Amino acid sequence: MTIFRSHVLICGGTGCTSSGAAEVIGSFKQELARRKLDGEVLVVPTGCHGMCEMGPIVVVYPEGTFYCKVTANDVPEIVEEHIYKGRPVQRLMYEGSGDMPALPHYKDIPFYGKQHRIALANCGYINPENIDEYIARGGYEALGKAITSMTPAQVIDEVKTSGLRGRGGGGFPTGLKWSFCAAAGGEKKYVICNADEGDPGAFMDRSILEGDPHSVIEGMMLGAYAMGADEGYIYCRAEYPLAIERLKQAITAAEGYGLLGDSIMNSSFSFHLHIKEGAGAFVCGEETALMGSIEGRRGMPRPRPPFPANSGLWGYPTNINNVETWANVPQIISNGGEWYASMGTEKSKGTKVFALTGKVKHTGLVEVPMGITLREIVFDIGGGILNDKKFKAVQIGGPSGGCLTEEHLDTPVSYESLTALGAIMGSGGLVVMDEDNCMVDVAKFFLEFTQKESCGKCVPCREGTKHMLLLLEKITEGKGTMEDLDTLEELAHMVRDMSLCGLGQTAPNPVLTTLRYFREEYIAHIRDKRCPAGACTALLRYTILQDVCKKCGICAKNCPVHCIPGDRNSGYRIETDKCIRCGTCFEKCPFGAIEKK
Amino acid sequence: MEQKKITSLDDLRKIRENSKDLSSARSGGGTTVIVGMGTCGIAAGAREILNEVMSELARRNLDDIAVQTTGCIGMCQDEPLLDVIRSGQRVTYGRVKPEDVPTIIAEHVVNGRVVEKLAIGRAD
Ligand SMILES: Cc1cc2nc3c(=O)[nH]c(=O)nc-3n(C[C@H](O)[C@H](O)[C@H](O)COP(=O)(O)O)c2cc1C
Ligand code: SF4
Ligand code: SF4
Ligand code: FES
Ligand code: FES
Repeated sequence: MTIFRSHVLICGGTGCTSSGAAEVIGSFKQELARRKLDGEVLVVPTGCHGMCEMGPIVVVYPEGTFYCKVTANDVPEIVEEHIYKGRPVQRLMYEGSGDMPALPHYKDIPFYGKQHRIALANCGYINPENIDEYIARGGYEALGKAITSMTPAQVIDEVKTSGLRGRGGGGFPTGLKWSFCAAAGGEKKYVICNADEGDPGAFMDRSILEGDPHSVIEGMMLGAYAMGADEGYIYCRAEYPLAIERLKQAITAAEGYGLLGDSIMNSSFSFHLHIKEGAGAFVCGEETALMGSIEGRRGMPRPRPPFPANSGLWGYPTNINNVETWANVPQIISNGGEWYASMGTEKSKGTKVFALTGKVKHTGLVEVPMGITLREIVFDIGGGILNDKKFKAVQIGGPSGGCLTEEHLDTPVSYESLTALGAIMGSGGLVVMDEDNCMVDVAKFFLEFTQKESCGKCVPCREGTKHMLLLLEKITEGKGTMEDLDTLEELAHMVRDMSLCGLGQTAPNPVLTTLRYFREEYIAHIRDKRCPAGACTALLRYTILQDVCKKCGICAKNCPVHCIPGDRNSGYRIETDKCIRCGTCFEKCPFGAIEKK
Repeated sequence: MEQKKITSLDDLRKIRENSKDLSSARSGGGTTVIVGMGTCGIAAGAREILNEVMSELARRNLDDIAVQTTGCIGMCQDEPLLDVIRSGQRVTYGRVKPEDVPTIIAEHVVNGRVVEKLAIGRAD
């Protein structure tokens, strides 16, 4: 057996691949071979570490040194200095601050400090294309344990004890859902993995599938065993080619070992798994629409009941869970439900993966224990607001989530607390906004998305969102009235209460929460015809501050519509009615004499 | 070759055991061996020492030992240097020859007995 003294882990996730990870991998292989180190140093492509903006990420073991933004040109230096001579390369380390200018290890980096990785435990740590690495980390032990020493009912009990709830948005208790499907009669049952991930900006499910596909497969098998299903589907959007590729490989490898197929581990349990590529419409992530899409029908929600547990795919009892939900299951069975339930709050157990984006210093994927505060996520993990601007709001839960404010920063994150505030956990999108974000504009942005994605089946969702959007447009253009605010609120309640599926029921959330927490901003647009954040172009006024102006004329020369008359003696003035608010003068003025308000 | 099937939990554990080295280098290992690979270390033959460490570990199937290299630590006159960190104690061996490596590994790394005649420094 060959022993490798050092392992070089190179992130091969979607983010790092797009910033050049493949070249880095090639360069390492070449350089190690050239220096005859290839017999003692192993190159391992991994999945996403969640820090894609700093990619390509390279981690060198046994020291565990964490390198960022590595290019193929840096590789000879890492090999010569670190791997050969044992001198880690400072300049490629994560940049710290103060007396810790370079942070060599995961544990030192604040971004990882408060994270607790369960669903992402193997992501970035193992080679997702090598089933043996998954097995080396204890993979498929839970399956073996369940098949050989647990009854299906015991598996369900363990999941119930864990308190695990659906990570796809609804937050329904997973063990309870499984027990419904287990209780349904009939010979044939299905389990489905929902990997549609339609939220723009979300990529947690993609990262799990790319970085640790076997954890999802093993989770589905445990569910199938517990509920008596023998066939499963993974419904993955076609825009995730790498995830689909890794899943296919993982399924083939598991079949090769006989871990998928008939009579698994010589038991009476058999399981076959298929991948279905989806077209990627947001509404196809809704479970009944998703099943319709697998059956080859148009992806449109249908009323429930009947629930999938009784009549799902092709009319058979079916259980559908989200990628992250499934990925938690093997560890719950291995370590016990109590272990999982020891993390989190009273009703929200375990951890949740969030995609942290927007105006924070460090964006990326973070897995944190439930009950952590928004402040810890935004300031400790995210490093605070970009360019030291002022925090304004965080939009949580994807396009149908809500906007929370400064006063909610210390709320512990749980399904209950977020719902109480009018937001939702959703699938885990977390967009941070600063003082430059206009909340009316934000509400409009998210509503535009859900409005476009409405499948059109029910009138409140189809027409209601359209009217709401028109009203928002009117307000951002300064043409709104105070009555419009009441109409907007009424429409929002109607759409929320009368739509068939979750899309319509939650689409008004961004509007309702901004009306609730940022009403004065709406009023400023309506009464003062002013956008306090300076984001709504139609309401912007550019003016030259005469006492600062040096009369250089640069703004006048650059204005594309020539609306800044004047000369070197008498000075310059912007003709507001002709101004198209392009902002050119504002950018060009060398003296900061132009005010935008 | 017909692919091996996993037909029992024991089969699975065998694969896990055989694949242990795939993740052990990443877990930091129980005991650490460090070879000084500064300029004078390499001049004094540190590369051969490192090679010998690797082949001895392979011969003995010791896959949970972390092997690191390090730069100059200011004891150039005693190169090649080899450190063993075991149970929190760090022992430095100096003027190590390739033929000393199996002894250090058998005595110290495996059995925890410091090879006194080669040890030149100690730190807790
Ligand atoms: C419009 C809409 C879109 C949805 N998109 C997704 C999705 O992309 N991924 C997902 O897992 N669940 C999505 N869901 C939730 C699913 O309907 C379903 O509740 C979920 O897959 C159940 O799994 P869980 O209990 O593990 O969360 C969506 C729901 C709605 C109403
Ligand atoms: S609520 Fe909207 S998306 Fe959902 S079924 Fe009705 S029209 Fe379609
Ligand atoms: S560019 Fe600035 S300083 Fe020059 S004329 Fe215009 S406003 Fe005045
Ligand atoms: S893809 Fe490399 S860190 Fe996300
Ligand atoms: S045209 Fe007036 S600012 Fe550009």
